[in-house]
Amino acid sequence: MTGRLSEPLRVRLPVSEELDVVLARTCGRELALQQGFREAATGAIATAISEVARNIIVHAGTGEIVLEVVEGRGRRELVVLARDRGPGIPDLHRAMEDGYSTAGGLGLGLSSARRLMDEFGVVSTVGKGTMVTMKKWAA
Amino acid sequence: MPVPILRLDDVLVASIQAALTDQDLLQLRDDLSEKVGRFRARGVIVDVTALDVLDSFATRTVRGIAYTARLRGARTVVVGIQPDVAFAMVQLGLTLEGVATALDLDEGLALLRRDAP
Ligand SMILES: Nc1ncnc2c1ncn2[C@@H]1O[C@H](COP(=O)(O)OP(=O)(O)OP(=O)(O)O)[C@@H](O)[C@H]1O
Ligand SMILES: [Mg+2]
Repeated sequence: MTGRLSEPLRVRLPVSEELDVVLARTCGRELALQQGFREAATGAIATAISEVARNIIVHAGTGEIVLEVVEGRGRRELVVLARDRGPGIPDLHRAMEDGYSTAGGLGLGLSSARRLMDEFGVVSTVGKGTMVTMKKWAA
Repeated sequence: MPVPILRLDDVLVASIQAALTDQDLLQLRDDLSEKVGRFRARGVIVDVTALDVLDSFATRTVRGIAYTARLRGARTVVVGIQPDVAFAMVQLGLTLEGVATALDLDEGLALLRRDAP
C-alpha cells in the first residue's frame, strides 16, 4: 500500500468515441494498481468503467469519465463518475434490471457495473443527462 | 487495430495483441467467420492474453465467434484469460457458455487435437 495521499488525485477523461472507452478503463486499471488495489479489484474497476463508458457512447453520444482517489472513513476509495448530457433514463428502476435494453443490447451493463463495485448510484433526468457514481474500496 | 489471424494446419489462431475497441472485436468476429469457410478450418483459437476486460460486449462477441464457427464446422477454444479478467467474470456470473477454454495456446491446440474426430 502506498502512503497517504497528499492531495486528492483526479483525472478527467472525455468520452466521445470507442477508443475513449478503452482509454478510460485502462486509465482506471492503472490508477487502481498504482493505489495498491488487489488484482480482483482492478479487473472489476476496468470492467465497470468499460460498461458505463460504453453507455455514454451508445445512449448519450458524448460525456466524460472522472476518476478520483479519495481517503474516506479510514480507507482509500477509487471513485468513478460517468456523466453525460444525453437523453437521460426515463425508467431507472427497469434500466437497472438484468436484460432491460432500449438499444438491442443484452441490458447487462448497468447491473454488471453495480455488481462489480462496492457502491453504485445513478442520477438521471430526462432531457438533461445521466450521472453514474461508483466506488471501489481498497481492501 | 486488426487482430492477426494465423493458420496452423486446420486451426486458425487469432492472437489479440492489445485492448480492443468494440469495433475491433466485431471485425475479428467477421474475419474469423470468413476465414473458417475459406480455409475449411476445423478449429479456432482465440488468444485473449492481452485483452484487458471481458465485459458484457466482449463476452457476447466471443460467444458469437464460437457459435458461428460451430455452425460452420469448427470448434473454438478461448485461451489466456487473465486472472483479474476471470475474477470480474466470476463476480458477474458471466460464462463463455459452451465455449471451451484453456490456459494457453499450447493447451488450446492440444485440446483441439485430442478431441479431433
Ligand atoms: N448514459 C445513458 N444515457 C441514457 N440512457 C442510458 C444510459 N445508460 C444506460 N441507459 C439506458 O439504460 C438501459 C440499460 O443499460 P445497460 O447498460 O444495462 O444495457 P444496454 O446498454 O442496453 O446493453 P448492454 O450494456 O448489455 O450492451 C439502456 O438500454 C438505456 O436505455
Ligand atoms: Mg450498456
